[in-house]
Amino acid sequence: MRTGTNPVPALLRGIGAYVLVALALAFFALPMLWLAAAPFDAHPGVTASLPDFTLANFKRLWNNPNAVDSLASSLILAVGSAVLVVGLSALAAYALSRVRIRGRDGLLYALLLLSSIVTGTAAMVPIFLLAAELNLVDSYLGVILVLTGGLLPAAIFILKDFMDTTPRSYEESARVFGASPLRVMWDVVVPVVRPGLATVGVWTIAQVWGNFLIPFLLLRSPDKSPAAVVMYTFYTEGGQPDLALISTFSLLYSLPVVLMFLFVSRRYGFRFHGGIKA
Amino acid sequence: MAATTSSADPSPAGPQGQETAEKGKRRQAREEPERDAAGLGRRRAAAFLAPALLLVALFLVLPAVWTLYLGATDYRLTGIPAIDPAFVGFDNLTKALGDDGFWRSLRLTLVFVLGSAVIGQAGLGFALAWWMRERTGRLRTTLEVLVMLAWILPSSVVAFLWIAFLDRDGGTLNELLRTPGAAWLLDHPMLSIVVYNIWRGSAFSMMLYSAALGNVPASHLETARLAGAGGLQQLRDVVFPRIRGHILTNLLLISLWTFNDFTPFLITAGGPDGATETLPVHIYKTALGSGELGYGAAISFLMLLINLVVAVIYLRLLGQRNKSGTAGKKSRTARRKARGSGQKEAA
Amino acid sequence: MADITLNRLAKVYPGGVRALHDLDLTVRDGEFFALLGPSGCGKSTLLRTIAGLEAASGGTVHIGDRDVTALQPGERDIAMVFQDYALFPHMTVEENIAYPLKVKKVGRAERAAKARRTAEELGLGPLVERRPGQLSGGQQQRAALARAMACRPRVFLFDEPLSNLDARMRLEARTFLKKLQRELGVTTVFVTHDQAEALAMADRLAVMESGELRQVGTPTEVFRRPASTFVASFIGSTPMNLVDGEVTAPGAVRVAGGELPLPDAAASLTEAGEKVVYGIRPEYLRWSDVPAEGAVAGTVSVVENLGSAQLVTLECDGGVSVQVVVSEDHEPEPGNRGWAVPRNDRALLYRDGDLVAEHGTTDATVSGPAEGPGNGVGDGPADDAEPVPS
Repeated sequence: MRTGTNPVPALLRGIGAYVLVALALAFFALPMLWLAAAPFDAHPGVTASLPDFTLANFKRLWNNPNAVDSLASSLILAVGSAVLVVGLSALAAYALSRVRIRGRDGLLYALLLLSSIVTGTAAMVPIFLLAAELNLVDSYLGVILVLTGGLLPAAIFILKDFMDTTPRSYEESARVFGASPLRVMWDVVVPVVRPGLATVGVWTIAQVWGNFLIPFLLLRSPDKSPAAVVMYTFYTEGGQPDLALISTFSLLYSLPVVLMFLFVSRRYGFRFHGGIKA
Repeated sequence: MAATTSSADPSPAGPQGQETAEKGKRRQAREEPERDAAGLGRRRAAAFLAPALLLVALFLVLPAVWTLYLGATDYRLTGIPAIDPAFVGFDNLTKALGDDGFWRSLRLTLVFVLGSAVIGQAGLGFALAWWMRERTGRLRTTLEVLVMLAWILPSSVVAFLWIAFLDRDGGTLNELLRTPGAAWLLDHPMLSIVVYNIWRGSAFSMMLYSAALGNVPASHLETARLAGAGGLQQLRDVVFPRIRGHILTNLLLISLWTFNDFTPFLITAGGPDGATETLPVHIYKTALGSGELGYGAAISFLMLLINLVVAVIYLRLLGQRNKSGTAGKKSRTARRKARGSGQKEAA
Repeated sequence: MADITLNRLAKVYPGGVRALHDLDLTVRDGEFFALLGPSGCGKSTLLRTIAGLEAASGGTVHIGDRDVTALQPGERDIAMVFQDYALFPHMTVEENIAYPLKVKKVGRAERAAKARRTAEELGLGPLVERRPGQLSGGQQQRAALARAMACRPRVFLFDEPLSNLDARMRLEARTFLKKLQRELGVTTVFVTHDQAEALAMADRLAVMESGELRQVGTPTEVFRRPASTFVASFIGSTPMNLVDGEVTAPGAVRVAGGELPLPDAAASLTEAGEKVVYGIRPEYLRWSDVPAEGAVAGTVSVVENLGSAQLVTLECDGGVSVQVVVSEDHEPEPGNRGWAVPRNDRALLYRDGDLVAEHGTTDATVSGPAEGPGNGVGDGPADDAEPVPS
């Protein structure tokens, strides 16, 4: 007997599916509740509960110079890295997509693999030594360059896929009209792969915005620390985590990436545009 | 026209002939992505590549090689070896391979990867993608946004959220379950970080599988349904063979990411008593905690090797898929044949 | 305006694939010229080599008096319309049309005026502010043409210009393109795999196979006197009947179980006992319901309605089948006996795949007056009683 022909099991299955969906909703929502409630609570604990509503926490945060500065630092790092990553990966992906280079795929895979390993903890000692050698310790540029180097392989990988699926006839057409290669790139390729560039830019910003290890390692002066690092400095005089500051700061710190995500998903639909090869 | 002696096989000029010719052309264009459409030339292409490659070489490849070198020294954070490290060859590696701490850490890492990524994220991600497949509306949007939020929030924030969520005194979970005082992070540390990582990373699998399921033509599912296949049969016979490549890609990526993930440290700091000391945490503790930089680098090298093995296995599987994809096609049913040639490209 | 001369033009891809074999070809000034062939025959490669998008491996390309073989595409004074039109999706129609002028550093006001004027000429006036994505297929094609026209090139190159249109639009666009080309008088080469398109539009055409030119001539020549069995089976919407036969003295050929008179053109060139292939188009076979002299006889197996006529497949006594176009005066049914009488002045003989004929009569060099633009008028199939299949 087919299940679809009998209404009772079908109904049960329908109910079952919704119970599961409700569980999934709860699973994903519950840990985040605290982030929504605590910042507005006059006496936040670790429990997510209806807040004793206040905006005083925001005022306190505003008066904490480290907090505001750190968000600015995060912004500098994120935007700087995004500009570098998008620009360099676009050039590289275009060249890789259009000119036959032997061993290209192997190289890309190797770099991709390396980047997922090295950017973690594995290479943090050499990275610090290298930055010291290059006089890049305690400079934004050092953090930006290190992060860019780590993010480039994946960015090139994603963008190359976009470039590969762009019809060659656009470029050929411009070329027949006499446009130089650089001009073709600027007039035709860049506008056509703009969704890809946006994807990579957003992805880079999100990665850098949340990165803790590299700035923690390379930025020595507290006033340069980005938000990810500063979060760990909010302690009360008694040595306890200052939950009011932490929760409020977490909210402010998360807001930009959340807004960016919502904007992008509205605008482009946050999907894989063939960005991942299978 | 049975007696046509012409050796050539002219393509008929009917609309069907044209269509296939067009498709062939498009396929040709895609198979030759290197076609230098803008007249770039090798020299300019090299110039385009150079800045990116330079940065990658300097800040990615060099540290990796440096790690290899350090792994063969007794370099330490402090003391004499900090100034003048001595070359010790394979000593660090043999020491690591003989160290129970390393093996325990590796075992924990594998449990973490298998439990949270291969089973948890991939399974939940697929379930979510499957459920959302043909649904629209507020419920779907809410769920999708929540899943994505868990993925995009900065890891420092997320770590705090989970510490608060699982807190022994007054954590939200204990309040909900009415189990005050249950010390999840102490009593079930591995379970905690596995669940945490499922929560954190399912979004990626969900998105990738959604994209993959979008490539499964509705007609295939309908054909299976007309043939009387139930839900599970449809999954097995129609969906999985088609998205196998996506599944493999997904498993590789989430495995590697989870393998190298450092965030569990932000929640449990490897504790209690090393119960959640996955390899990245183990390296961090060895290199910076105990100051044994050379030894830590050697473990990093082992980790790199394991990653390589995982990646090679995956690429092999993918290669097999491509081969069997052409050989086994004939034996499959006609409905697959119709779309068979386009499948590899789409994937 | 200019003619295009190819001299021993060759293209070898890295890896050794020979796409073009030492081609010699002259496309005359103002001519509408088609490159026709099945996919993979090298016709697109040839067009792209003329454009400069592919570098020639040997030989030369001249446009007018200029040797352009080593020049970049942009320096050749050509314009190309691509199969997918390649309209830039991020620019409006006007910006698209003005783009070649922008590259040539024409001032903003002037190029806008020129673009608008060209758009008007092609009936795109109200659409200039739209983006390509908002246009129909036909409008996109005209926008691409306008963009090609705007820079007043000496040569137009069209790659499969009609293949992205639906069947109805295709007929309309065919007429439109032919008219436009005649008015502009610009030397134009287009690539197509559709023989009907080539016959209908071109002043002259070249049939290609495996990187070589198999026949060059006017549509009438190529349709009536295909130089080889390959061309014969490629040209014509209902392919030519090509049946094995044997010359039997005197002046007759045994085909499909019947005795037919030798075709006029080949009568004096064959010997008794020779194995040949007898070629006759379905349109040039006369149907008879009763036994007829000099006919092949058979049983009707399939009747396909073509509208004003029917395509009848006749299973002949020799075990082969022959297709006949039958006018609406007759209504054969499957199972009926039928007789097909060839029109002797249209029948052809092939020996070893090549046409048996007086030397040179199939070659393009004999015919085809070529005195500048518009020369195609006299070449058209107008003097042909039979309709050119479409």
